[in-house]
Amino acid sequence: MSVLKYAPEALKNLFRAPVTTSYPAKPFEYKERTRGRIDISIDDCIGCGLCTRACPSSALSVDKNAGTWTINRFDCIACGYCVEKCPKKCLTMEQNYQEPGGEKQSVTYQKSPEVMAEEARKREEAAAKAAAAKAAMEAKKAAEAAAAGGEEK
Amino acid sequence: MGKRSIIPYGPQHPVLPEPIHIDLVIEDERIIEAIPSVGFIHRGLESLVDKRDFNQLVYVVERTCGICSFQHGMGYCEAVESVFGVEIPDRAKFLRTIWSEMSRIHSHLLWLGLLADGFGYENLFYQCWRIRERVLDLIELTTGGRVIFSVNKIGGVLKDIPEDQLRHILSELDAIEADLNVIKKTFIEDYTVQSRLRGIGILTREQAHDLGCAGPVARASGIKADMRKRGYDAYPHLDFEPIVSNAGDSYARCYCRLMEVFQSIDLIRQAIGKIPGESDLSVAIKGNPDGEAFFRCEQPRGEAVYYVKGSGKTFLDRFRVRTPTFANLPGLCEMLAGAELSDVGLLVITIDPCISCTER
Amino acid sequence: MAEVIAPENILEEIELSDLLHVVMTKKKEGLRLSQACAAYVDGKYELSYSFADDKTYQLTTLRVVIDVDAKVPSITEIVPQAIFYENEMKELFGVNIEMIALDYNNKLYRIEEEAPFGPKKEENNG
Repeated sequence: MSVLKYAPEALKNLFRAPVTTSYPAKPFEYKERTRGRIDISIDDCIGCGLCTRACPSSALSVDKNAGTWTINRFDCIACGYCVEKCPKKCLTMEQNYQEPGGEKQSVTYQKSPEVMAEEARKREEAAAKAAAAKAAMEAKKAAEAAAAGGEEK
Repeated sequence: MGKRSIIPYGPQHPVLPEPIHIDLVIEDERIIEAIPSVGFIHRGLESLVDKRDFNQLVYVVERTCGICSFQHGMGYCEAVESVFGVEIPDRAKFLRTIWSEMSRIHSHLLWLGLLADGFGYENLFYQCWRIRERVLDLIELTTGGRVIFSVNKIGGVLKDIPEDQLRHILSELDAIEADLNVIKKTFIEDYTVQSRLRGIGILTREQAHDLGCAGPVARASGIKADMRKRGYDAYPHLDFEPIVSNAGDSYARCYCRLMEVFQSIDLIRQAIGKIPGESDLSVAIKGNPDGEAFFRCEQPRGEAVYYVKGSGKTFLDRFRVRTPTFANLPGLCEMLAGAELSDVGLLVITIDPCISCTER
Repeated sequence: MAEVIAPENILEEIELSDLLHVVMTKKKEGLRLSQACAAYVDGKYELSYSFADDKTYQLTTLRVVIDVDAKVPSITEIVPQAIFYENEMKELFGVNIEMIALDYNNKLYRIEEEAPFGPKKEENNG
């Protein structure tokens, strides 16, 4: 009786709870490692641009002077290569996915003014330091030249 | 002698998961000749070597296919690794093996479902895909993606499977195997399946060899060739024999793939039992690839060949992947010649066609 | 513990005139054409025909280096399954392959550009 052969399975399926979940009522649980979308803690970013060069789909762009980091989420393939490449580890992979949209658009993250001001101050300091070092080097060279000149005489 | 006519079949057809067009020359209801043509979805992935450097290419290559994506990435990485001449850490080898076998299980279950759908056994179709969902959950748990794994890098792997996840995999495999045994009974014993598959699309051993068939199509025709026996990754440490059937018909191809699911479960269990303790997952790669290498691996659909040629630049000179479906297309034409018109859809499915892979 | 076979891949460089002869010998040895591909490097085509041995798992690759305008005989008369490989070479690289058993006339992939992987147009003119 080939009909009865599968009767136990059919009966089991009748009384088993459904495999599917009633999604909007019961929210979806993301796994810990799910690659959803890229997020950035922008204030830690140093604008090195390694992520833009790493991105296989050219979805990222960085402007160091303006302190911005831009991602076109509709180009991003969530491979996680930029997260791996980031030297400051300020990029993170979030579990939830990018929401669908009517058109492709990019999101720009702007550094806070305090961080920008701090960076500008550091740059100025560094520039001043470099200028001082250069001046000192030149003075030293001039002195050496003068000394060499003196020895010749 | 009946009247000859030509029926265009595909690229839009309910039974075809992907676009392939076949011109069928028929005489009455019998097919005399089949001329396939592909090319509806050629994406030019191989030409991206000019625009993406060899590290980025890992992520491009694994998007060749949506089903066997892990092994595409892995095959490319191993080809580049052999150009560099580096040996990846043992743990990374075992992890690659575990992920390969997981993707084989999910690919074969997908195919078994499509086959059941192809001969009109809807119930069996959704049973197969219900089990497949559990494997996909395991894959997402360990890698973070359901189909695109993105865990390979040149020189090793990116993510580790911790001890608790390995234990979870083992317990899930037990449950999957129990479910599979029910399906196995149906596939092997059921009258509907037998009457629809037995004796259809016979490919003899000689034909399969002469036409260069690969993977389960070749093994179903009695060719005992399995690239895993070549001994890459952790396969030399595992004990298995290629599953071979001598019938060469559609039922044999179904049997081989079904049994390979059980074999993969066994291989994962063996690999988890032998996996070395936690260590580095990758070795550092210095410089750019200079030289060329061929690498072959066993994908769910059969043997895939990767060819990498670099000349010391960040961009490769040539990257080539020969996917298993490409090798199986001539076999398909041979099967179709002499078949009944009503079997065409079924026969196209039995080679497990992946047309996007084929065209890259 | 399974036995490890893994023999080294072999790369044989041959002349274009020997191609059909060597392919014939490989076929007689019972090897299977595993893949065939072309590459365009430094103004020359490199054609690779890989033969696989399913017993020892050895891969033997025949390498033919030819000029861009050289005419290549088709091996489809010996190995019928080479149809797709040769059509691919012809369409993507513009390799001049003659007498393919089933010639798709550059319509295998239905691409707009002619020989996108082959020599660039400027190089041809200059």
